[in-house]
Amino acid sequence: MASKPRIKVPKSASAGEVITLKTLISHEMESGQRKDKDGNPIPRKIINKFTCTFEGQMVFECDLDPAISANPYFEFNAKVPSSGTFKFAWLDDDGSVYEAEAPIEVK
Amino acid sequence: MKLTRRNVLGLTAGAAAFAVAGARITPAFASAEETEKSIMDFTGGAAPAEGKITLTAPEIAENGNTVPVTVTVESTMSGDDMVESIILFADGNPNPAVATFRFSELSGAALATTRIRLAKTQNVVAVAKMKDGSVFMDKKQVKVTIGGCGG
Repeated sequence: MASKPRIKVPKSASAGEVITLKTLISHEMESGQRKDKDGNPIPRKIINKFTCTFEGQMVFECDLDPAISANPYFEFNAKVPSSGTFKFAWLDDDGSVYEAEAPIEVK
Repeated sequence: MKLTRRNVLGLTAGAAAFAVAGARITPAFASAEETEKSIMDFTGGAAPAEGKITLTAPEIAENGNTVPVTVTVESTMSGDDMVESIILFADGNPNPAVATFRFSELSGAALATTRIRLAKTQNVVAVAKMKDGSVFMDKKQVKVTIGGCGG
């Protein structure tokens, strides 16, 4: 089970400004390549998709493969037209979805 | 080349070494050709050009478990000058695919940073697909230090 994701979004921005968003979620990202001590492969369990939306519109998306490190970290940009809320979602192989959101005020 | 005794000996030794190395690597690790093929699948057959895209990765990664990589593409991110997606490959991993990033006009800039796993010293390849169909590629070799032997 992944713990609460950590996100970093500026509280405010000026109109047309390109801002930087950072996210980190705790997750072991078991690659499916490793073997346990009896030599049996450990089944794959990773976050396979990350999305960031702003008021329902896609800002940034990533499909993750097992080559992404444990505790996936992302840094990306956004340029938003007005005040609103960023929503972040992480999709796990087992079907769980981890979510977070952050508001931003555009002056 | 004349078949002298020395040549024959050299060739045999070379072939044997190659066969052993090949047999050891093929089942566990992806090859450059497989990466090449995946790139073609992504671009739809178009050969990627150089320029515009910049992949930043450390020259030497002490810990192959978390290697920070950043990829950026020069683009205004509006109209036709848009980056639709960027794909990352590592050609020496068991599976070359690493991640696919997708952008929109709200992205503001085509930039993504994440941390990746590298099994051994290898090339990391980033390919960007623009809205107008053109593709750009950048490649960096990352030396991975295994087990802290300082190499």
